[in-house]
Order: sequence, then structure tokens, then C-alpha cells
Amino acid sequence: MSKGLPETRTDAAMSELVPEPRPKPAVPMKPVSINTNLLGYIGIDTIIEQMRKKTMKTGFDFNIMVVGQSGLGKSTLVNTLFKSQVSRKASSWNREEKIPKTVEIKAIGHVIEEGGVKMKLTVIDTPGFGDQINNENCWEPIEKYINEQYEKFLKEEVNIARKKRIPDTRVHCCLYFISPTGHSLRPLDLEFMKHLSKVVNIIPVIAKADTMTLEEKSEFKQRVRKELEVHGIEFYPQKEFDEDLEDKTENDKIRQESMPFAVVGSDKEYQVNGKRVLGRKTPWGIIEVENLHHCEFALLRDFVIRTHLQDLKEVTHNIHYETYRAKRLNDNGGLPPVSVDTEGSHDSNP
Amino acid sequence: MDKEYVGFAALPNQLHRKSIKKGFDFTLMVAGESGLGKSTLINSLFLTNLYEDRQLPEASARLTQTLTIERRGVEIEEGGIKVKLTLVDTPGFGDSVDCSDCWLPVVRFIEEQFEQYLRDESGLNRKNIQDSRVHCCLYFISPFGRGLRPLDVAFLRAVHEKVNIIPVIGKADALMPRETQALKQKIRDQLKEEEINIYQFPDCDSDEDEDFKRQDAEMKESIPFAVVGSCEVVRDKGTRPVRGRRYSWGTVEVENPHHCDFLNLRRMLVQTHLQDLKEVTHDLLYEGYRARCLQSLARPGARDRASRSKLSRRSTTEIPLPMLPLAETEKLIREKDEELRRMQEMLEKMQAQVQQSQAQGEQSAAL
Repeated sequence: MSKGLPETRTDAAMSELVPEPRPKPAVPMKPVSINTNLLGYIGIDTIIEQMRKKTMKTGFDFNIMVVGQSGLGKSTLVNTLFKSQVSRKASSWNREEKIPKTVEIKAIGHVIEEGGVKMKLTVIDTPGFGDQINNENCWEPIEKYINEQYEKFLKEEVNIARKKRIPDTRVHCCLYFISPTGHSLRPLDLEFMKHLSKVVNIIPVIAKADTMTLEEKSEFKQRVRKELEVHGIEFYPQKEFDEDLEDKTENDKIRQESMPFAVVGSDKEYQVNGKRVLGRKTPWGIIEVENLHHCEFALLRDFVIRTHLQDLKEVTHNIHYETYRAKRLNDNGGLPPVSVDTEGSHDSNP
Repeated sequence: MDKEYVGFAALPNQLHRKSIKKGFDFTLMVAGESGLGKSTLINSLFLTNLYEDRQLPEASARLTQTLTIERRGVEIEEGGIKVKLTLVDTPGFGDSVDCSDCWLPVVRFIEEQFEQYLRDESGLNRKNIQDSRVHCCLYFISPFGRGLRPLDVAFLRAVHEKVNIIPVIGKADALMPRETQALKQKIRDQLKEEEINIYQFPDCDSDEDEDFKRQDAEMKESIPFAVVGSCEVVRDKGTRPVRGRRYSWGTVEVENPHHCDFLNLRRMLVQTHLQDLKEVTHDLLYEGYRARCLQSLARPGARDRASRSKLSRRSTTEIPLPMLPLAETEKLIREKDEELRRMQEMLEKMQAQVQQSQAQGEQSAAL
């Protein structure tokens, strides 16, 4: 899984490392010339098939974090995204659910399989975020957790006897839930995203979007986008990491029109026009989660899972992790990093 | 027959005519986090556009904003009756990252109104007292949470003995019917647990008919009210125009009792309990404030009077007893007393220290 790492590992090179705040992604070299005039069939294109078979055998990890005030539908959305009960909902009204006094980090792992491909999915929940009266610095436990995962990976990498496949517990994607006030971002949202957009891929999401009409939705999204731009908050997909024109146009469209995605989640099915759909039933109509006229859940799902999953992991590895690593090695003057408490719950050598 | 008819049965009519001439004034406070539909609901309730020239601040501006109290007045006339409605708004509540003590300006404001009334009542020109006391506070609870948040509890605890609270769930079209019921139950349980006294709608008279009683019971069951507000009229083909919110999956009708409790809230707040809210504010909450205030003056005469009038629901026509004016001089005297007491304490402490050092000196001399 380690693609594109700088090759030099000598001490001299490390001490010369100038801390670049945002190293450019290490892109595999593009072919210098494309020879289409082959005399016969070589079979290079079967490499894709080989990689696919490998991936199916080894499976892959994906770690997604959800952040937002309690009650915004985070767990329901994750369950809807992965079409299974991967997140235990804290929404049973009967139980005594006390809001935790400080932000807790709860990571729960599941293995889900589709079409022969195994995915080890870890959902990291952050109960207690934004729920207190004084929410100053409530993002610090989250930042600490993310850096701890980088530290764990770094420690493994720097080891003499490395594992064949380093268990990857780094947070690949952070879904930040914005409350659908209809006005603008809240000060807490700004503070969180300012601090964390530099360490992890943040995908802002407008929660419980069935509370806004079409006009309200588009106005709110515009205002949110403008505020994020004014404050220099780069959410995923970040502009500076677009590799080529094709990526840029595709991502531009997503950045300027669709994001932040206004979503609705549900784990209940209802009958609509003879089909069973996931939705919410109200006295004035049924909101279909996967209907693009109703909400943008399908867009979010395609974006995160079907088109950009691998890219999320690559940006995490090539950019965020490298930034952390460069900073750590520079601070330590090339010495191996300090030992860290290993939670040890993510070792996944199949 | 005529000789036995005295005629005071017409007294209610006289009162009625008098109050029509005088007009009503009512002060309503709305509180809650921003974005819960407070302004829209007020506009829907009173069919006015009180918030036309409002400018919403951006998130970065709200980082340093402190809570402000805004007052807006509007005169509404309906059926020959004039109501002077004052709306007290609390922009900035619950917005900042650190909301500690953000309810203190609100508490201070409510008490200031009581103080002003107390002063006016004990003054000379009592015919034209302007009643600026807050008669009712609509507190908006978020439909996205799981009941009352710590900030909600803190605010309600701080104001429940000073103002009539009517809890309301804003933007209730975010919830399915089952979720609404569960949320209401959770809020009711939490209010009981935290011992927060919300406004109790009085029981209807025993001689009302069964239908009315049932309706009344239903309305009481639906507290906190789950409301949706809208100032737009939706005109769909084939249906009559309704005030509502149009979504791709259907239209929420504000005045449909199956969709939300807007009608209940409007009925209870405006049509049936406007006067009762004012009375409870005057007889219970204001009297409580007055009693506390006078007791703290610690004058023997005032204490007697305060204990006699404490927390008893009297009718407003009883003549209030003459009382000492709470003038500026009283306050100054109180402050000076405090200062004197503090200085005395310090003096005593110093004396004790001197004595102690003397005693130690004697001891060491003796050794």
C-alpha cells in the first residue's frame, strides 16, 4: 500500500528536509510516448486484472469518522451509506442517554463484503462534540486521535522488522455534519474545519436536509461555500491536489455545485409506486433517500464509495500522512519516533 | 321583577368596553438558538412581517458577538380591539463556541422590567403605568437534538421563576410523527427531572361541555408544541391555497393540525390565554420578585408587608398597600451599610492579628 514515498532514507537526506507544508502528490510517471503500433499483443493490460484479483484477496481498509452535534443523524447516515448496521444508534428514547462531558472517540470495526471484495470498515464516532455549553477546543481530542493514528503508522514504518501489510488505522475521511439552520455556518463549524482541514480530508455534509425547501437549500449551500472560501478552508477534494485537467474539471463541478451535500438518512423502508425504498414517512409525503429530487444522498454515496474511495485513501497517505511524517522527523532530527500507546484493536492481517 | 334586578350583571360588559378603549399591551419574548424558525413563526402567528429589514450575520461575525436584547413593537388591530405587541428577541443566544452564562443578559433584562414596574407602582403618577414586563417566553427547542441540551436546561433553570415559559419545538417538519411523540415525551420527562416550572395552562371550568374539556386535554397533552411556520402561501393546482412549505415530496400545511401544532399554539397563546399569561406574570412572578426585593431591604415594616403578600394569587382589583419607595437613596444607604460592615470585619481581623502577635511576643519573652 505504500505508493509514492520518497526513496531516500539516508540521514543526510532527512536532515536536509525542509518542512514543506503541503508536499505535492507523488504521481506515477506518465509514459513518455505511447506506442500504438504494436506488432503483436503483449498482454500488459492484464495488469488491471491482476491488481483486481490481488485486491479481492487482500481486501482493503477504510476508516471514516463522523463529527457533529448529537441528533444530526450521523449514525443513521453511515448505516444508510453502507447498507448495514455498522453504527449503533444512540437514538432509543427509552434509554438513559447522557451526553458525555467531554468528546469521546469510539471506533467500531466491521467487515462487509460485496461482489467478492472484502472491506474492513471502521466507523469512528465522536459523541459529545458540540453538545456542551462551553465547546471551546472540543476539537482537540479529535485532532489528537487523528495524529495518534499517523504516529502508529509511522512507528510501524520506521521499524526494522516491518509487517508485510501495515495495519492502516488512519482516518481517511471525516464527514462533518452541518446543522440545517438555513442561515450560515455556526462559529463552532468554522473553528473545527479551520483546525482539521489541514490534517484530514473533511467532507462537509448538510444533515437532515428534509427540513429545507429547494430554494432554501441552494441559498444555504451557496452561503456555506462562500464562507468556507472566505476563511480559506479547503475541504475534500482540495483544489491543490487535482492531478490533471480531467480531475480538475470533475472536481470543480463537485466543489462548486454539489458540495456540501444535503443529505437525508433512513434505515426504514416504505412502499412507493410498487417499489420498496428507504425513506421517511410524514403526513405530507414520503421522503425517498435515494431519489435525487428529494436529497443528495445518492450523490454523496457515489462520491465517497464509488468514485473517490481510493483517492481519499491516497490523499490521506500521500499528503496528510507525509506532512505529519515530515514534521515529526524534522522535530526529532531524524531519530525514531517516541513510543505511543497502541490500542491494538485494528490489527488486521488477514 | 325589575325591582329585584340590581344590574351588576352588566359589569363584565363595562370592563370589556373599558379594556377595548384602553387597548391591550403584551410583551412576548422569543429565545433559542438561531436557525430554529423563531422569526418565521412570529410572523406566522401574528400575520405581520416584523423581521423585514433583518440582516443575518455571518458565522465569523458571530464568533465575537455577545448576546443582545432587541425589542420590536407592532400594533395589531382586529375586530375593533387594539393590541400593542412588543417582541423581545435574543439574537446571539447559543451561537458562540463558549456559551457560558450567555443567559445572564436575558435574566437581567427581565428583572429590570420588574424593577421598573416596582418603581412606577410606588411612584406618584400611577394612572399611566407602562407595563413592559415580559408576559411570556417562547423557548425554542431544536428538533435535531435528543431532547433538551445542557444549554437549554441552564437557560430554563435561570428564567423559570421569572417568566412564563412555553416550550416549543421549532422546524417540526424535520420529524416523523413517531419521532415527534418520542421527542415530546423526552422533553417532558427532562423538564420534570430538572424541576423546571413551565407555564401551566389552567384547568377549564367544570361546567364546560365535554367536547371543550376533551379539546383542552388534547391541547395540554401536546406540550411542548411542535410547530412549523411559514409566510408563504402555496397554491397548488386543484387544491385550495394554504400557508405552508412546499417540498418535492409534499407540502406541509402550517394550519393543518395533523401536520403540526401551530393551531394549538395560536389558540392557546392568543385566543384563550393572553389575559391569563398577563395575570400570572403580575400575580405570581412579579409578586415573587417584589417580595424578594423588599425582603432584601431588611426593613422591619417592609418584611411584614412582604411576608403577607408573598406568592398569593390576588385579583388585580384589590388596592395595594402603601409601601416605601425604592428610591436611589435607599440603594446608596444599602451600599454604604455593606461597606461599613466590610470595614468592620477588616478591623476586627487586624485587631485579632495584633493580639495574636502580642501573645506570641509575650510567650517568647517568657521562655
